[in-house]
Amino acid sequence: MSSYWKRNQLRLAPWLFLAPGAIMFLVYVIIPIFQSLSISFYDWDGLGEAVYIGTDNYVELMDDEAFYTSLKNNLIWLVLYMLAVPAGLMIAIFLNQTVRGIRIYKSLFFFPFVISQVVVGLMFSWFYAPNFGLLYKLIELVTGNGIAILADEDYVTYGIIAAGLWPQIAYVMILYITGLNNIAPDQVEAARLDGAKGWKMLWHVILPQLRPATFIAVVVTVIGALRSFDLVSIMTDGGPYGSSRVLSFYMYEQALSEYGFRMGYGAAIAVVLFAIMMVFISGFIWKMWRDETER
Amino acid sequence: MFPRPIEQTRPTTQWLYTLALPIALILWLLPLIGVAVTSVRPASDLAQGNYFGMPSYIAFENYISVFRDSDLGSYMVNSLKVTIPTVIGAVALSCMTGFALGIYKFKSNLLVFFLFVAGNFVPFQILMVPVRDLTLDLGMYNSWTGLAMFHIAFQTGFCTLFMRNFIKALPFELIEAARVEGVSEIRIFWYIVLPLMKPAIAALSVLIFTFIWNDFFWATVLTTTKETQPITAGLSSLNGQWVAAWHLVSAGSILAALPPVLMFFLMQKHFIAGLTLGAVK
Repeated sequence: MSSYWKRNQLRLAPWLFLAPGAIMFLVYVIIPIFQSLSISFYDWDGLGEAVYIGTDNYVELMDDEAFYTSLKNNLIWLVLYMLAVPAGLMIAIFLNQTVRGIRIYKSLFFFPFVISQVVVGLMFSWFYAPNFGLLYKLIELVTGNGIAILADEDYVTYGIIAAGLWPQIAYVMILYITGLNNIAPDQVEAARLDGAKGWKMLWHVILPQLRPATFIAVVVTVIGALRSFDLVSIMTDGGPYGSSRVLSFYMYEQALSEYGFRMGYGAAIAVVLFAIMMVFISGFIWKMWRDETER
Repeated sequence: MFPRPIEQTRPTTQWLYTLALPIALILWLLPLIGVAVTSVRPASDLAQGNYFGMPSYIAFENYISVFRDSDLGSYMVNSLKVTIPTVIGAVALSCMTGFALGIYKFKSNLLVFFLFVAGNFVPFQILMVPVRDLTLDLGMYNSWTGLAMFHIAFQTGFCTLFMRNFIKALPFELIEAARVEGVSEIRIFWYIVLPLMKPAIAALSVLIFTFIWNDFFWATVLTTTKETQPITAGLSSLNGQWVAAWHLVSAGSILAALPPVLMFFLMQKHFIAGLTLGAVK
């Protein structure tokens, strides 16, 4: 036994080290993806017998008004969340100085990211609250009429996205601050001697060097936008009249809430969300794969 | 340096910058400041419509009443029961997977690695029904063990990405030298690589602590009663009980946010090192 181990340990060791983590990951992450795919073809309340119904769940989705509302909101989330990238870059540039106390400023600007989204949601609910919320009062002051953002079908999704952008901008900012710290100073000085400054400098000299930071910022922002669940659940519970639902929230509602346990239908919604995410995941993985194999 | 250091600019610009910094910060943190002030505002102020003025006195009683009259304290204990085992479990598993993927060259190495990375990005909802089922079958539904088990497994994806890249950057000659000396692979892991991984372990620990403490989705899916729910789910249900009692909601929010905030300030360097991994090449 021990001589067998001695001869083969270089071949066996990696699998030995991989086994515990890989098995856990397989059981809790990889296999469930396929199980969900399969459940989406069944009618199942989570307790009784699951009945195979082919593509009926997907056919039903095609005619589901709430599904389209969620899909549309997901798109709005995705587009507006991207604002976090330039906004984070701007704050990072603003804070990239060496004046006294700047480190504390950087930490405090980063603060929103550390706080749970549940707490962020409550903070913004208070901020938007009709009649006494800070923002409500401000709007009332400017326009004469306050708007109850979270009770208004036209504004509610934007209100929640604004709350989500707050921590997301903080995250992107910290990525760019780290990136800016690692920019080659000689290149910046050389460009400065050539007369480059302001936007030109940013576009032609700084941004190309920040590319790794931008890549990560885009990845985490896309994922953050598509994962949005906490804020919708805390701030509006999907309302008013389901107008602020997103796919992740609608799926949860169908599968696990008081509306009944429709596991199959929920799984079908999750599969759609997964398919959207897969477009981005494949892109990221393709780029990382290229970087890995080039090295 | 970009932008041009402020010390090299005109005095008016410098003066404007020092003025702009605190103003920008206050605007940025306005929701937080508002909630913090509300958390020490006496209930009588709110009843009289004093929402923005100075509180008539600092009402720490809000915090006391949150602890005494609600289950916030036990929710926080539940959070710790989930968070601490998850940190230990995920870091331990990923030290090993990271070692396997960072040190050894075998055929499916990259494939396994990217499976971890890709799994880490999937939407939680695609896992929800099967994971809930699995947890029920294991008899761990509505308990901290069920929640921690899932978190350990899922976080292993991100942690493996982190650890593998960290180990790959270590000097490989160390390991080769040890192999020539006839040191076994297990001893190489334990005595040579693990001690060098301390900074990575610290960075991951604070990050995972924050992620898990702040998790809301899985808390609502896998736990249902106040005996087991962590603080995020607890705060959500307390919010339902405290209708419009904003002084209590605020105090509860501040308390729920405190542990990760403390963690961040105490371990700031590690926290940011962990978060910005890959942002620089």
